[in-house]
Amino acid sequence: MKTASPFLELDNEPRVNVVFDGNALSLPEGANLAAALMAAGVNVFRHTPVSGAPRGPFCMMGACFDCLVEIDGTTKQACMTVVTDGLEITRAHRDGALT
Amino acid sequence: MTRSDLVVVGAGPAGMAAAAQAAELGLSVTVLDEQACAGGQIYRDVDRVVPLRGDILGADYVHGTTLTAALRRAAISHVTGAVVWAIEDAFRISYTREGRGVQIEADRILLATGALERSMPLPGWTLPGVMTAGAGQILLKQSGVLARNAVLVGSGPLLYLIAAQMLRAGTPPKAMIETQSRGDLIGATRHIGGALRGASYLVKGLRMLASIIRAGVPRHTGVTDIAVEGTDKAEAVTFQSGRRSHRITCDTVFLHHGVVPNTQAARSLGVTHSWNTAQQCFVPQLDDWGQSDRAGVFIAGDGAGIGGAKAAEHAGTLAALQIACEAGRLSREERDRRAAAPRAGLAHELAARPFLDAAYPPYAPALLPDDSTPICRCEEVTAGDIRSYAKLGCIGPNQTKAFGRAGMGPCQGRYCGLSVTALLADATGRTPDETGYYRIRPPLKPVTLGELAGMNITAPDTAEKEKAHD
Amino acid sequence: METDYAIIGGGIVGLSVAWGLLRRGRTVTVLDGDDGSFRASRGNFGLVWVQSKGMNQPRYASWSQQSAAIWADFANEVAGNTGQPIPLEQNGGYDLHFSEETLEATVAKYEKLKAQLGGNYPYEVLGHNALRKEEPHIGPKVVGAILHHQDGHANPLKLLKALAADVRRMGGHVLVGKTVTDVSKPDGFHITCADGTIVTSGKVVLSAGLGAAQLGPKMGFKAPVRPQRGQVLITEKLPKMINRPSLIARQVDEGGIQIGATNEEVGLDDKVTQTGLSGLAAEAIAAYPALARAQLVRSWGALRVLSPDGLPIYQQSTEMPGAFLVTCHSGITLAAAHARLLPEWLEGTDAAPDLEVFSEDRFSVS
Repeated sequence: MKTASPFLELDNEPRVNVVFDGNALSLPEGANLAAALMAAGVNVFRHTPVSGAPRGPFCMMGACFDCLVEIDGTTKQACMTVVTDGLEITRAHRDGALT
Repeated sequence: MTRSDLVVVGAGPAGMAAAAQAAELGLSVTVLDEQACAGGQIYRDVDRVVPLRGDILGADYVHGTTLTAALRRAAISHVTGAVVWAIEDAFRISYTREGRGVQIEADRILLATGALERSMPLPGWTLPGVMTAGAGQILLKQSGVLARNAVLVGSGPLLYLIAAQMLRAGTPPKAMIETQSRGDLIGATRHIGGALRGASYLVKGLRMLASIIRAGVPRHTGVTDIAVEGTDKAEAVTFQSGRRSHRITCDTVFLHHGVVPNTQAARSLGVTHSWNTAQQCFVPQLDDWGQSDRAGVFIAGDGAGIGGAKAAEHAGTLAALQIACEAGRLSREERDRRAAAPRAGLAHELAARPFLDAAYPPYAPALLPDDSTPICRCEEVTAGDIRSYAKLGCIGPNQTKAFGRAGMGPCQGRYCGLSVTALLADATGRTPDETGYYRIRPPLKPVTLGELAGMNITAPDTAEKEKAHD
Repeated sequence: METDYAIIGGGIVGLSVAWGLLRRGRTVTVLDGDDGSFRASRGNFGLVWVQSKGMNQPRYASWSQQSAAIWADFANEVAGNTGQPIPLEQNGGYDLHFSEETLEATVAKYEKLKAQLGGNYPYEVLGHNALRKEEPHIGPKVVGAILHHQDGHANPLKLLKALAADVRRMGGHVLVGKTVTDVSKPDGFHITCADGTIVTSGKVVLSAGLGAAQLGPKMGFKAPVRPQRGQVLITEKLPKMINRPSLIARQVDEGGIQIGATNEEVGLDDKVTQTGLSGLAAEAIAAYPALARAQLVRSWGALRVLSPDGLPIYQQSTEMPGAFLVTCHSGITLAAAHARLLPEWLEGTDAAPDLEVFSEDRFSVS
């Protein structure tokens, strides 16, 4: 997955294991989750509830809400979330959240 | 509930400078900021990042460490990770932090909420891989993440800055697709007097441009008909330059055609805004201390009108002087004496603005996009939808919001508001001021119902629910 | 006369009436306000609702029932004319209860009303377990619900937009950005606007919501309407989790959970407050605990248009015959009645509905 990344990472932080949409990923601990997912080759973060169009991070500053992911049953902005060990991330409300 | 003489919203240059000045003059100050570290977007994560890549980011970025140092003062409570979602009268501020709702009271409030990238709706702009140039900068600053195969699209100094930084990091952009024309530059020369007073900016700009040209990055200027192609992600940018059609494949597109004030919090407080024609955006009406027409509400930095980081720093200091004066901590004479230096600094910083605004105007087709282009990313409302609502009698953005949901999504209209105003003004023949803007209400940022309910002090009164509400 | 009818107020009430008159072949000019006007038409909760209405006046209950019964047909006609769908569900709605006492007290009142309505009041009481079968997300604090089968909900904004389109399609003139300052009747009606516009008409309908309080007395009406604030919340779009609407929450067709509403006597203040939002959030979570994790994306305050007894007012002016006051709290529920039935009353035909109890005579002792 890493080799497909369109991004270069300058830093070499220790990595932790997270799960995104069922796939195990190794991301830099303490990193910005949106940046780390993109660097790991994730393009599509979610599909919109209106048309199902694919979306990824756009503003990286908490303003646009395009990088929404779901963590512990709550939608969160990936660009405002820090990578921690064992984080389980799903695509927002894909399989019916709040159950 | 805690209480401060002054609550500052935003820990960018304006907020940091204001907090430091107010605390120095004896006020208790709380700074609420969404990020984990002080700096705002311009000095994002500056304390941690300078040792890692200060050389790539440059001296202007490194300067931010002087502001963060001043923020670490005993009388300043800097609350990180605080998402402000409501500011109620005189003043009770509600925010969430680590999943809990919190409130703080303040006598006065300084909004230092900075800027947003001017929305640049063009075909394909919602595809993954298309980001703002500011997002590209944040990726580099905070995360050390660089796009390997990117094109920069739009106009303005930030485009050259990010290109120069990408060069220094060893990942030059694949191309610069620039929308400003030679005519814009010639027209801008009537502002050259001001620009020369702010000459250091021009020198820096020319130096960056020279490095981009020297590195052989292809530049296309006066570009039109820009579109991003792709199915699940951006794959190429197409455009016209001269009489030729171009197509450049890429993985990442950074868009930029200026920044605009983030006015959400100010508008939620009912501060009067007016249209600034030179900057093509709404700005809050303020006196020269940053005081708004709502008592106790001050605004400084790019949120008050675009001036850049150094200007924000001076404006923050000036606002803090007036706040201290009002609070009885400073005589008027002393206030004015201390204001002389920041006021001169502010004038110097703003001198080059008219030239820059004229030389790098917004990309006109993105101000009034084609019918099929989505302008509201959240609710996927197109420019054509807004035009059709105008035909159904909508004369303001709150009417089109009701008709077609533009501005109803989680971003609260941050990225479609100016587009809707512009489209309606164009359709009705009225001015942007007459057309108006969204009524901004809490929550300024989404908050979970659980967080809200956790702040509930009264039990639900079910007996009151007898009246139907339809 | 340039138009048969001038309609002052281009919200749901005014547009419904205009639509009905146009359909009868009348010429109509609608005078609508501006972007910042108080507009219950864009702030309402979107229920097409029968239960709890008219507990002290059975005619109000039956008027609501009449409208609910023809709502789907009305909406289909407007949607068919314009190609703009108006989402509507009329599969019943709940009054949720957190205590047996309030549930029993409400049932007692419904039984009395049911007898007055000749038995036409189809409701049933669901205990917690029965309710949970219908609504899997219901919380343990909800002891039960009254399920009324004539209740439902609609998308009020899509109704507003479709009506705006259809009124124009049928040749209605809609003047926007108008503030009516005076109405006089030298021969026909002269309606004067703040910007100097003058409209002349044979008849005039005052359907200006709270604006009727100022204009009404100039036209011979008492127009005793007052604002009552309702704060409303809506969450992010969520997968289907609430089947039927209730007075506490409903899931709108776009996916968001709409939560309402406060009842506050605060004059013309339509702000939202943290205390209002928190109270509503707490109640919604008590009803549907899973909502605790949902993100609130928007909230608003809107002003109900209330008469002293909460009932609509339908009154022809005695000072200015040909001027009619039409005002109500439930503009969505009553939209179909206003479009299909009220024009008969305005025109004075034999088919006019009996609206005697809704006249202003009831406010004569004050």
